[in-house]
Amino acid sequence: MPFIPHTDEEITQMLERIGVDSVDDLFDEIPVHLRAGVLDAVPAGMNEMEISRLMRQRASENTTATCFLGAGAYEHHIPAAVWEITTRGEFYSAYTPYQAEASQGTLQLTYEYQSMMTALTAMDVSNASMYDGASSLAEAILMAVRANRKSKSRKILMPTTVNPVYRKTAHTIVKGQQIELVEVSYDQAAGTVSLEQLKQAQQQQGGDITAVVLQQPNFFGCLEDVDAITDWAQENKILLIAVINPLTMAVLSPPGNWGTGSGADIACGDGQPLGAPMSAGGPYYGLLCCKQALVRQMPGRIVGRTVDLDGKEGFVLTLQAREQHIRRSKATSNICTNQGLVVTASTIYMSIQGAQGLENTAAACFENNNKLVAKLSAIDGVNKVFSGTHFHETALQLEKPAAGVLKALMQKGILGGYDLSHDYPELGNAILVCTTEMRSEEDIDAYAKALQEVLNVASLAESA
Amino acid sequence: MLIFEHSSKGRKGAPQSPATKASVSAIPENLLRKQSAALPEVSELQAVRHFTRLSQKNFSIDTEFYPLGSCTMKYNPRACNTLAMLPGFLNAHPLTPDEQNQGFLACMYELQEMLCEATGMAAFSLAPMAGAQGEFAGVAMIEAYHKARGDDARKEILVPDAAHGTNPATAVMCGFTVKEIPTLDNGDVDLDALTEAVGPQTAGLMLTNPSTLGVFERNIEAIAKVVHEAGGLLYYDGANLNAILGKIRPGDMGFDVIHSNLHKTFSTPHGGGGPGSGAVGVADRLKEFLPLPVVDKVDDGYRYLTAEDRPQSIGRLSAFMGNPGVLLRAYIYMRFLGREGMVRVAEFATLNANYMMAEAKRRGFTLAIDNRRASHEFIITLKNEARDYHVSAMDFAKRLLDLGYHAPTTYFPLLVPECLLIEPTESEAKEALDGFMDALEQIKHEAETNPELLHAAPQTLPVKRLDEVRAAKKLDLAFAR
Amino acid sequence: MSEVPSELKYTESHEWLRLEDDGLVTVGVTDHAQALLGDLVFVELPEAGTEFVAGDECCVVESVKAASDVYMPISGEIVEINEALADEPEIINSSPYDSGWLFKVKPSANELADLMDADAYQAEIDE
Repeated sequence: MPFIPHTDEEITQMLERIGVDSVDDLFDEIPVHLRAGVLDAVPAGMNEMEISRLMRQRASENTTATCFLGAGAYEHHIPAAVWEITTRGEFYSAYTPYQAEASQGTLQLTYEYQSMMTALTAMDVSNASMYDGASSLAEAILMAVRANRKSKSRKILMPTTVNPVYRKTAHTIVKGQQIELVEVSYDQAAGTVSLEQLKQAQQQQGGDITAVVLQQPNFFGCLEDVDAITDWAQENKILLIAVINPLTMAVLSPPGNWGTGSGADIACGDGQPLGAPMSAGGPYYGLLCCKQALVRQMPGRIVGRTVDLDGKEGFVLTLQAREQHIRRSKATSNICTNQGLVVTASTIYMSIQGAQGLENTAAACFENNNKLVAKLSAIDGVNKVFSGTHFHETALQLEKPAAGVLKALMQKGILGGYDLSHDYPELGNAILVCTTEMRSEEDIDAYAKALQEVLNVASLAESA
Repeated sequence: MLIFEHSSKGRKGAPQSPATKASVSAIPENLLRKQSAALPEVSELQAVRHFTRLSQKNFSIDTEFYPLGSCTMKYNPRACNTLAMLPGFLNAHPLTPDEQNQGFLACMYELQEMLCEATGMAAFSLAPMAGAQGEFAGVAMIEAYHKARGDDARKEILVPDAAHGTNPATAVMCGFTVKEIPTLDNGDVDLDALTEAVGPQTAGLMLTNPSTLGVFERNIEAIAKVVHEAGGLLYYDGANLNAILGKIRPGDMGFDVIHSNLHKTFSTPHGGGGPGSGAVGVADRLKEFLPLPVVDKVDDGYRYLTAEDRPQSIGRLSAFMGNPGVLLRAYIYMRFLGREGMVRVAEFATLNANYMMAEAKRRGFTLAIDNRRASHEFIITLKNEARDYHVSAMDFAKRLLDLGYHAPTTYFPLLVPECLLIEPTESEAKEALDGFMDALEQIKHEAETNPELLHAAPQTLPVKRLDEVRAAKKLDLAFAR
Repeated sequence: MSEVPSELKYTESHEWLRLEDDGLVTVGVTDHAQALLGDLVFVELPEAGTEFVAGDECCVVESVKAASDVYMPISGEIVEINEALADEPEIINSSPYDSGWLFKVKPSANELADLMDADAYQAEIDE
């Protein structure tokens, strides 16, 4: 009986107290003809020794390779202390901190997280997290529509330099609300969306735009002209939603500082680079920050600092009247559970790293990418797709089909990047390569050597 | 003391990151950050000590009995954590080609299959990252189903008034209007009112069974018939699946769509608020609409289905695969239980709840619904104590904290005044249940003789009652630097 | 016991109305409603100049544990809002019928007579 502590004697005593003869009697309100039979398709139970063997086997069936793939998830070093502390039972097995006095650990930590995230993004307010970057973009859009009451169009300008899978997710989540996501193309030389293109889209859509989304660094790793676009949005009463990689904000101008005015209105993104392992896709967390004026449109939990009866500092969930458990059908969102444990890890990660640690890490990502791109683009038939500065991801043009090249690289133990040809057919055989601080000179050399060899194989086009 | 207050300028805790900062001067000046972020500057030891101490200010399952109704705070086996964090899983990039990700995909495929069997549904998607997202996916599938049939007039979702707040919030997010259906005093849905309410505008009914009132909905077959005959679909909110796991399956009750909170029934950790997982299951006719990704088995291998495979899918809900780390923990837990263990979950969760309910009655508490079986949870109403001694359910809750027990859920469901919703789960031993009931009885006695003790509780925790009005009025949401 | 001034009109959703000498109608929430909500922490007021039809949601009053919509009791245009509530929403708790008023409406139809008087409202809340 896994994880059930009852002795036979106790079972008898308990049944007696209830006044029934058997445990089965407790289910006598369930119609007999509806009851389940044996769950044949569920295997028999195992003990820990057997499960350990099974899971180690499964884990070993996942082939490891040197990772040059990013596209929304990044392999960074996570100090050992981070998950050691995070998985302490007191964090791991606690519930949402509804009983504040018995949850000061989680609550204070969340307040510290909010403080760190607002510091990093230069925004006024952060919530306690959303599910992931993609769904936090969807919530940012819903929030912008609620907040921008002057705008009636419910139209959102969505440059295609925003992560394609974020755009798809946002579409799934907002489509029930009569919100239109208007795709705006990018400058094919620069790999960024130009102000002219945004202005043109605004005109084509009749002028009234509720919000514009801008990703920095964008999906191609290119740096958008955030200042000019933010100023334009503000002049036109369009809310600006920033999608950011929070680690890069240690080095790059944060959304709260964009433009000459008050910066982005809402910032969202994925917190994964700050202490969450890649873990096949999660759990990560979505960060969501905003300007003070929008705080009541913010979905999800928010922790506030207050005092107790004796005037002693303490922390509580606040602004709860926005949330589904009180506001029901009129809530800002249906979100309830968030990604608290990953936020715990991220808060510890940011504390250990400090601003200097984050800056060094981000700068190393940038430097390694320059090294990699220099080496790869020196190979015949490999060229940078876009001019301009890239952060830690770069699009490279190949002369051979990307899928075949990546597959061949994989056989050499290299996860070579993201095949751009599905989402961006106009780029032809292009891949997106990524480096983090984890990639050594040797790794980079190994990639260059492998790519050279792969491209030299004449039969590649057929095999792809 | 905040971590920021441990900070000393120039102190570095980060020998784990690159020791020096590479040049970023190739980046245009206006795109660079002007001033370093005001993060704490502490040593690794200071950080470890600070966060360890913070953890000690939490109640948790690992440290206290946590009978929080509707939340299923059962033991989270340590092996589930250890094995889900094996490097082969942790180091897998989410876009790793399927061929190199077979170990993980095999677990996910088998998890889908086990969930189908345990719930009686035809197919599952593991994509939703929490119960509320599972609900969103479920209602979006209902919408897509009607639309695909050209049945565009179905704009209304029915929700019992006892439902979780996420139900109506979700329906509105999906573009529906919401109509509440009343509940009878015995806890069953008012079938007459339901019959009255359905019509060509009905898209579906969202139902939790056993309900949030802690009883099994006995008229489930009649309800299913009414909704289906009106052309609507039946949605199962899996919040209380723990009560019936292996005893009766939602699919057999007539449900078309369900979500299962894996962080409840399948024991993945609550983590102080998440991450969760709200896997969704459907009857055969809704299979094509499942959110992506879904894992399929082809010959000897496993692969993610894409939008090309499932053009009618409601789409993606996250960038990658929901919350894989949570899914792995649920998978491991289910392999621990096996088919025979699953049934025992429901049996012992129900035994514990009914035992506590009998004890509550014996000790003079008023039950919200008397003379019925409890599911895996039950409700005490303290309306008499509130009337006679001017103590509230909140006072009881806070006093319980003093006595070393996490409080049950208070003030939910909204239908029952001054309520405590108590869910012991199967993993608690009889001593814990008795200890809790002793504490509750003691508090009842204190309410009669010394109510001040309740009003002033808690006294033994890191803080006393907190000023929530001040928190909401004078918003302090981040440390001012 | 909640206070129910006899000279005012009332709605089932707990708004009160006072016809002023200048023909404008002042609207607030009743003593009974503020007591149910508890300490108010925020009021979201409509903008002056906005026109509403009777029954529209026009305002939200928020306490720690609840947020309650205020419905427009009569059709008309908002001509003035109580700015003081932005910083001190608790005025509604201390003075629901006087300095805790929400907004003033210029009515566009003669709907005031259809609303409840104090006796009817008292009976309503006694139920």
